[in-house]
Amino acid sequence: MLKFVLKGILRDRSRSLFPIIVVSLIVALVIFNRGFLVGTMNGMFRDTAVISSGHVKIMTHAYQEESQLLPNDLALMNVDEIVEILHVVYPDYFWSPKISFAGLLDLPDDQGETKSQGPVMAYGVDFLSQDSRQYELWELEKRIVSGRMIQNVDDALVGTKLAEKLGLSLGDQVTYIGTTMNNAFTTFNFTVVGTFNLGMGPLDKQMMLVDIDGARMALDMDDSASEILGFKHDLYYDDKSSIKIRDQFNASHSDTTDIFRSSMIALRDANQMGTMIDLVDISVFIILGIFLLIAMIVLWNMGIMSGLRRYGEMGIRLAMGETKGQVYRSLILESVIIGTIGTIFGTLIGLPLTYYVQEVGIDYSAAFENLNTSTLIMSSVFYTKVTPDLYYIGIIPGILATVFGTMLAGRAIYKREMAQLFKELET
Amino acid sequence: MRHIILILLISSVLGQNDMTVEEIIKAMDNNLNAKSRVLTSKMVVHGRRATRTIKSRNWVVGTDLAFTEYLSPPREAGTKMLKVGDKLWTYSPQTDRVIQISGHMLRQSVMGSDMSYNDMMEDQPLADRYTTTLEGSININGRDYWIVVMDAKRKGLSYPKRRAWIDKEYLLPMKEELYAKSGKLLKTATMDGIKKVQGRWFPSRFIFKDELKRNSKGTEWIIEEIEFDREIPDSRFLKARLRK
Repeated sequence: MLKFVLKGILRDRSRSLFPIIVVSLIVALVIFNRGFLVGTMNGMFRDTAVISSGHVKIMTHAYQEESQLLPNDLALMNVDEIVEILHVVYPDYFWSPKISFAGLLDLPDDQGETKSQGPVMAYGVDFLSQDSRQYELWELEKRIVSGRMIQNVDDALVGTKLAEKLGLSLGDQVTYIGTTMNNAFTTFNFTVVGTFNLGMGPLDKQMMLVDIDGARMALDMDDSASEILGFKHDLYYDDKSSIKIRDQFNASHSDTTDIFRSSMIALRDANQMGTMIDLVDISVFIILGIFLLIAMIVLWNMGIMSGLRRYGEMGIRLAMGETKGQVYRSLILESVIIGTIGTIFGTLIGLPLTYYVQEVGIDYSAAFENLNTSTLIMSSVFYTKVTPDLYYIGIIPGILATVFGTMLAGRAIYKREMAQLFKELET
Repeated sequence: MRHIILILLISSVLGQNDMTVEEIIKAMDNNLNAKSRVLTSKMVVHGRRATRTIKSRNWVVGTDLAFTEYLSPPREAGTKMLKVGDKLWTYSPQTDRVIQISGHMLRQSVMGSDMSYNDMMEDQPLADRYTTTLEGSININGRDYWIVVMDAKRKGLSYPKRRAWIDKEYLLPMKEELYAKSGKLLKTATMDGIKKVQGRWFPSRFIFKDELKRNSKGTEWIIEEIEFDREIPDSRFLKARLRK
């Protein structure tokens, strides 16, 4: 039977070529779509995690309540001790303190008078510790446009757009003007050692990165930090694990009378991220469902067309004594083979395409340029992600849709009346 | 002799009660402002977590010139501020930069206190800045006060409306409420420890409270030493002085 069906498929291209092309295209599309969605969302989660929320984040309850205002007077204190404990209690994560602060960046002229000045949004992160993974997290090797990495506590990396706006050059000494942890006026000199481009549209326009010790000196925040961010060692966000440790941590810090108690949130608790995470989880079913339906309708239609064309063939086979069930099963076997071939071709097209976009990305920066504000932290270059499920995900629309389509179209076989067959064959 | 003193006192109080609101405000301005003053003070900032004390020395001439040098704590020591007219500069020894404070920076807190730079800048006589209305009189804990409502004469003032409780004897605003244009209470200021200094009543402690700061415990400004009408050389108010 298999041999018979295979011969039929190979010799009669009209019955196999178009279905294989359709199945291949649909499978390739499903794979690319899934890779694109997972890649984009992962990129967004990662950027949000690095810049804002970590996979989990600890801050004081009071800071959390007013976090939009960056209230460093409510920051965490005795941070070294807290981080040490966290490393022991939650070894699946690595922990890194961070200071978020805003103010003005002032470039002096030769006389020390203000030459240019503009608002700055700065992050003090641990770049200089021996086991720091911040360069990897921020992907600075590929994002630094000019200059070098941070080597001293008063070194600063400045966003290219901010550097352009203020006319900053490498080696310039710029003065940060802002407020300390005690809300006192402060000025602190940083040296511009490099420029970077995060490719995040509006965020790039005001961003500066410094070492956390530099930020601590500028803001009088010795052994303090706005937040402590926790990341899984493999850097992939694990929602269930994050929720679990968040609940554990908060249960052990539940003294509601203390507004400075430590409080943990998971990435999903940050701006609308919970919805996004849930969306990614159900997206695979939505995408597969839609493509399965489309493929089924197309292949059903193709099956009907094919059935009409092969009307005589079916008739002869029935007249020769094959049962309707045998003919129906042979058609399904045929569709399984066509579906498998289509799935293989589709996967061979879809995977390299997804891999290519994973490496190269699709640049949407021009579209993002006009966005003035954004609560979502999102890269303007989208990357797909090749995940293990992409190797087999095509089977669902590729084979199932072909089989379902054929099953629907093949019902016509059972409508053929034996008494009519010979009359039909005679004509 | 006793009778004469009593009569003088009564007439003085009665006389003050007869004052117009403009006279009250003018007398209050005269008490608070001087040709010049040199003072040493400490600011006790009650933060949400801790209390900090910042000591400074100030030289002030009229309402246009002021120079402040912070003496302690160590982080603030050496920081200087100069006000000339409507311009304000600050110098920080850590950065060796003189920075002009302008625009939205004027709304920032001075050394983490409940006072903003704007509060420091707007110290022209109240009579020049506000139209005044006498709302009434009140006796609180045995002391008589006028309640005066002040409305800004011009746009752009930090507090378009103020309400002051002015002590009838001291002619000082013992309590002030500072409002936004919308009528929202922004700050309260009180004073106590009234002493006679060189012939004028002057408080030894001011308490400012930013009512917009949640859980704010206010800032105390304690005058440790004050000397009025002392000759201050013009060189004190040169920008170059900030770096010295």
